[in-house]
Amino acid sequence: MNTIFKIAWRNIWRNKRRTLITAGSIFFAVLLSVVMMSIQKGAWDKMVDNVVNFYFGYGQIHDKGYWDEQTIDRSFALSEEINALPGQIENLDNIVPRLETFALGSHQKNAYVVRVTGFDPEREDQLTELSSRLTAGEYPAVDDKAILIGEGVAEKFKLGINDTLVLIGQGYHGVNAAGKYAVKGIVRFGSPELNKVMVYLPLAEAQRMHGAEGLVNSLALDIKDRRDVPQVLTDIRASVDTSAYEIMSWEEMMPELLEAREVDTAGNVIILFILYVIITFGIFGTILMMAKEREYEFGVLTAIGMRRGKLGIIIWIETIILGLVGAFAGLLGSLPIVIYLNRNPLNFNEMSEQMAETYENFGFEPIFPAAISPEIFFNQTLIVILITTVLALYPLLKIYRLKPVEAMRA
Amino acid sequence: MNIIEATGIEKVYNPNKIAVHALNGVDLTIEQGEFTAIVGPSGSGKTTLLNIIGGLDHPTAGSVKVEGTDISTLNDNQLIDFRKEHIGFVFQAYNLIPVLTAKENVEFVMLLQKRSQQERETRSMELLRAVGLEDQVNKRPSQLSGGQQQRVAVARALAPKPTFVMADEPTANLDSKSTANLLDIMARLNKEENITFLFSTHDQRVIDRARRVVTLVDGRIETDETKF
Ligand SMILES: Nc1ncnc2c1ncn2[C@@H]1O[C@H](COP(=O)(O)OP(=O)(O)OP(=O)(O)O)[C@@H](O)[C@H]1O
Ligand SMILES: [Mg+2]
Repeated sequence: MNTIFKIAWRNIWRNKRRTLITAGSIFFAVLLSVVMMSIQKGAWDKMVDNVVNFYFGYGQIHDKGYWDEQTIDRSFALSEEINALPGQIENLDNIVPRLETFALGSHQKNAYVVRVTGFDPEREDQLTELSSRLTAGEYPAVDDKAILIGEGVAEKFKLGINDTLVLIGQGYHGVNAAGKYAVKGIVRFGSPELNKVMVYLPLAEAQRMHGAEGLVNSLALDIKDRRDVPQVLTDIRASVDTSAYEIMSWEEMMPELLEAREVDTAGNVIILFILYVIITFGIFGTILMMAKEREYEFGVLTAIGMRRGKLGIIIWIETIILGLVGAFAGLLGSLPIVIYLNRNPLNFNEMSEQMAETYENFGFEPIFPAAISPEIFFNQTLIVILITTVLALYPLLKIYRLKPVEAMRA
Repeated sequence: MNIIEATGIEKVYNPNKIAVHALNGVDLTIEQGEFTAIVGPSGSGKTTLLNIIGGLDHPTAGSVKVEGTDISTLNDNQLIDFRKEHIGFVFQAYNLIPVLTAKENVEFVMLLQKRSQQERETRSMELLRAVGLEDQVNKRPSQLSGGQQQRVAVARALAPKPTFVMADEPTANLDSKSTANLLDIMARLNKEENITFLFSTHDQRVIDRARRVVTLVDGRIETDETKF
C-alpha cells in the first residue's frame, strides 16, 4: 500500500507543470464557488433575519385558521399553558403577544385607514427593537393609554407629539371599538407601506378598546438563533393543543421569501455547474494525455506481473490526489477570503446606490457578511472527489482492456 | 530438464483482414541453464515467438508449457501471476518504472510477490552488485545511461527468481561497449547461477556469445545450432 501511494504521489509530480495547471484550475473553481456561495448564503441569511426580526419573528402561534382569515374574531386568551411556554421550552426566549386590527383614524379633517397593533412595549422591543426606530417623542410604557405611530402616519394626518388621533373600528364579535389617543412617540420604518399605516397601542388598552379583554390574535416567538427554530416549533407543537392553535414557522408565513432565496440560489448553482463542467473537461484532458503517455509503462507493468486491479488503484489514487490537492488548496485559499468578508461585510452603500436604496426602503442596512458554513466547504470537496472519481474510470477502463504486447508496440 | 516446451506454434495476425502469418508451426524446447539466441531477418517472427513463450500473447495454434504448465489454460489474472513468478522480462528499452529508483525497480516484483522487506533489501542489493551498479542504487532511470538501465532491467528480471529470462533485443539501443558489458553480466549469471536466458538479436557480436542459435525465417525454424 505504501509503495502504491509512493508511486502515485511521484507520478503526480512527474509532469509538474501539467499537474500545477490542472490543480490550479480546480483551485480556482473551488475558490470561486466557495466565495460565491458564502457571500450568497450570508446575504440571504442576513436578509431573512432582517425580514423576520422586522416584525414577524421566526414563528408565530395563532388560533387555528387565523393566518388564512385574519380577523379579531379569531382571538384567543393567553392560557397558563401558553404563558408557561418560554420557561418550558429551550431556546424560546419569550412570546410576544399582539392584537392586530384595522381602524379608521381621524384627526381634524383627515381620515384614513390605519393598522392598529396592540402590543407589549417591552417584549416587542426585545424582538423587533422598535424603540430604536423612535424619531420623536417617547416610547410608550405598558400601562400608557397613548399611541406610537409611523412617520408616514404623522405626515398624513399632520400629527405632532401630544396631538390626538381618534380611532374607530370593529371590536370583538362586532362590538364598537373607539378611542381617542395622544401621540406619545413617532417611529420610522424603512418601508413606506408600513410607515403610512402603523399605529401601536399598548396591549391592555387595545384589548379594552376592542372589547377583547385578555385576548390576543397572534403570538410572535422570540427565538434568537434561526437554527433553533425547527426544534422550538416541534417542542411547542408537542406541548399545546394543535387542534386549537396553529404554530407556523417564518417559512410558512412568508413562502415568497423562501422562494426568492431558492430562485436566486438556483441562478448561482447554474453558474457553478457550468464552471465545474469546464473544469471537468480540463481534468479529463490531463487524464487522457496521462493515460496515453503511460500506455507503454502500463504494458511493462502488466507484463512483469502487476495485476490490472492494482495498477488501476494507483491511477485512481493519482487522480483523486490531484483533485484533492486542488480542492484543498482552494479551500485553504478561500477560507481567509470568506473570514475577511465575514468580518468586513460587503456594503452595498459603497457598491451600488440603487441597491442600497432598495434595501433601505425595506428598512435594512445594506450590509451583508459572508456566511462561514462548513457545509459549503464540505460540498465543494465532495464535488471535486466525485468528478475525479468518475473521470478516473477512463484510465481504469483502458487498463482493463490493455494488452501488454500492443501497449508496448507503440 | 525441459523448462519450455513449445509445440506447433502458429500465429496469424489480422485473420479477418489481410492475414499475416507470423509463425508457421514452430517447435522449440529449452532446457534449464541454456543461453540461447533467436535470430533471423526483420519480420521473421522473433518477437512474436518470444511474446508467446513469455505468456504475453496467445498463439493461434499450438501449445506452450513452462515447467509443465500449459499457459494457454490460464485466465488473465492467473497468467499475470504466472509471469510474475516464472518469467523475467527484459525489453528493448524503457523497461523501468520512471518514478522509482534503480533499487526500488528491482524490489518491485518482489513486492508484488509479497516478499519480506529484509529479503527484498538483501536481494536487490545483491543483484545490483552483480550487474555492477551498487553505487547507482538510488538513481532514477532518467539519471542512468541506456546500458545502465538495461543492467537494472536484468537485475529486475532476476529478482523474482524466475524459471527463465526472456529478452527481446536487449542490446538494440546500446553502444558496443555497453553491449559487451551487458552480455558479460548475462553470461556470468548463466554460468555461475545456472540462469536460463532466451533472447532475440540482430547483432552478430551477440550471436557470437550465444551457446545455441535458433534461426527463424518466415515464421519457421530454419536452423538450430548448439556450439560446444
Ligand atoms: N500486432 C501485429 N499485427 C499485425 N501484424 C503483426 C503484428 N505484430 C507483428 N506483425 C507481423 O508479424 C510478422 C513478424 O513480426 P515480429 O515482430 O515477430 O518480427 P521480428 O522478427 O521480431 O522482427 P524485427 O527483427 O523487426 O523485430 C511481421 O510481418 C510483422 O509485420
Ligand atoms: Mg522484434
